[in-house]
Amino acid sequence: MNAFMNQLPIGLSIGAVLLLIALGLTFTFGQMGVINMAHGEFIMAGAYTAYMLQDWAGRQAVLVALPVAFVVAGLMGLILERTLIRRFYGRPLDTLLLTWGVSLVLQQVARDLFGAPNVQVKAPTWLVGGGAWLGIRMPYARMFILALAVLCVVAIWIYLARTKQGRRMQAVMQNRDLAACSGIATSRVDQRTFFIGSGLAGVAGVALTLIGPVGPALGTYYIVDAFLVVVAGGLGRLQGAVIAAFFLGLLNSYVEYWSDASLAKVVVFAVIIGFLQLRPQGLFVLRSRKLT
Amino acid sequence: MSFGRRTARLTAASLVSLALALATTACASDKSTSKGAGTGGGASIDTSGSSVKVGVLHSLSGTMAISEVTVKNSVLLAIDEINAKGGVLGKKVEPVVEDGASDWPTFAEKAQKLISNDKVAVTFGGWTSASRKAMLPVFEKNKQLLFYPVQYEGLESSPYIFYTGATTNQQIVPGLDYLKAQGKKKIFLVGSDYVFPRTANKIIKKYAEANGMEVVGEEYTPLGHTEYSTVINKVTEAHPDAVFNTLNGDSNVAFFKQLRSTGVGPDRMPVLSVSVAEEEVRGIGPDYLAGQPVAWNYYQTTEGARNSEFVAAYKAAYGADKVTSDPMEAGYNSVYLWKAAVEKANSFEPEAIKKACDGVAIDAPEGKVTIDGATQHVYKTARIGVVREDGLIQEVWNSGGPVKPDPYLKEYPWATDL
Repeated sequence: MNAFMNQLPIGLSIGAVLLLIALGLTFTFGQMGVINMAHGEFIMAGAYTAYMLQDWAGRQAVLVALPVAFVVAGLMGLILERTLIRRFYGRPLDTLLLTWGVSLVLQQVARDLFGAPNVQVKAPTWLVGGGAWLGIRMPYARMFILALAVLCVVAIWIYLARTKQGRRMQAVMQNRDLAACSGIATSRVDQRTFFIGSGLAGVAGVALTLIGPVGPALGTYYIVDAFLVVVAGGLGRLQGAVIAAFFLGLLNSYVEYWSDASLAKVVVFAVIIGFLQLRPQGLFVLRSRKLT
Repeated sequence: MSFGRRTARLTAASLVSLALALATTACASDKSTSKGAGTGGGASIDTSGSSVKVGVLHSLSGTMAISEVTVKNSVLLAIDEINAKGGVLGKKVEPVVEDGASDWPTFAEKAQKLISNDKVAVTFGGWTSASRKAMLPVFEKNKQLLFYPVQYEGLESSPYIFYTGATTNQQIVPGLDYLKAQGKKKIFLVGSDYVFPRTANKIIKKYAEANGMEVVGEEYTPLGHTEYSTVINKVTEAHPDAVFNTLNGDSNVAFFKQLRSTGVGPDRMPVLSVSVAEEEVRGIGPDYLAGQPVAWNYYQTTEGARNSEFVAAYKAAYGADKVTSDPMEAGYNSVYLWKAAVEKANSFEPEAIKKACDGVAIDAPEGKVTIDGATQHVYKTARIGVVREDGLIQEVWNSGGPVKPDPYLKEYPWATDL
């Protein structure tokens, strides 16, 4: 029982990491149909932003970096959208190849700028260590990431449901042509969506500095799992991404506890393949008036 | 824009297969061996000019670049130093640098290219056991020499490879002796899922059996794995006295960061690592590692005039903030050992060098290093160190002198049926 309870926060925190990364993809992949393999490199950019800010902000760099990384990664996404991706809308498999190439270039750029070896970001002292609650171990960094993920989901939900821009975004994703006819500048909405989606990757990158290495290949460890979350959750569905992320996190942590890490990965893949056979469009389906 | 059912299914399928492909690359490439097209043996080396070419073959891109770039740097440093003093047998040494790209078949191809196109006299290179195993048949087939600079799992001896890093009895066994001397009885094994940790752990289990220690758990994670909470949970639940860590690369960063958050420090449960050197300490952060023991043959802080010279030269060449580590030092030694063997043989020919190599010795940064002609490994001093707050490693124990290499552990009765 104790083992079961101890794995619970671990599973939730893995889920939170996946969710933070998948949130951005939910926009760019789910809503715009762009398979952005460079999303992983936006995560890396966020992590390096925290690293750079250390000179100035010291141990509080992680906190300072959250908004800065959002803007840095967001701008990178915006530039990518303006220069390349907008020429490929409606061709998801082409965007996969295109952005994969971009991701390789960005990794090498990072290697040239920061060097091949890992760098480190010092966590604020109050995030090092952990406590116990009802006998369950709670590492502070993990709890912070969990809280951050919840905060991001709430912020996005408010943005989508309560702001004019958010509603325009939903309109474009449900029926681009009709939205355009109604006077919505779809191209500007695309830019905004890409900025937010990429910016969220930057935030995820800052969070990852708390648990792992900061190196040029940082994003590649997570990108595939994040895509699985988006696909399993149903493309573009916020609630789907949330449920899928925490489900995969928990599944991973329990299977790993009773077997090992390699087998856990296999089981997660197998479960997703099986699930997608039954529901190819994921947990939640976007209701749309579009004829597809 | 939303997807049609078909597109969604297609996209999902391609993503899942991409994921599987990525996940299985490591295992698949482990099995591949070189079938590189070549000259079929006895490729000649070119020593006609005023210089002699040597190959330097390391991963300059990909996941292993983190570690291997530094070894390449120290090899080039040794070559520069040798050239400044007149070269080898009156010839300048001309390095041909190739990128193995962290991909084992590429290592085999590039090795073949260095031998047949560049006609190099010798090659310095490799880090992972997988890359060495891929290059081995190429060097054997062409009867050319490879100097391999990294500690490894032993149980190998190729007539055309010189092993200048530690074999198991010069690193892992002293590490275990150290834990035993500290009164550690229950050991937990954590390693990356490939040949080195699995072989090392086989040896460790035999040792434990013969020395009254108990292995209370054994966990492997894929290379590049970064989620260690569950492994750490299993470790803490098993209540070991110590952890023996054979994780490689980036995983160490995640492991130590996440271990720290459980609050179990090195005083209660030390984690002895055999793949964490100064460079890795910098990447992980000394905060997370201070007080943890490591086993190597060389540290930047190792005392001696020769080491001060080496550290100063390295910093002068590559930057004052750079650190030196065991594999870098072994790479540096490789060039000097080759030079000494060539001079003793008075020839660049591999067969002549092999015949002359026994007893060839140099004054290395770690102390005296001597080639053992029978195994083509080297005598090295074993050292246990503890990571300091400043990220350097402080020696706390050494073997008192160079240890004879014993790659097959023949001198240990408990290791007979490995």
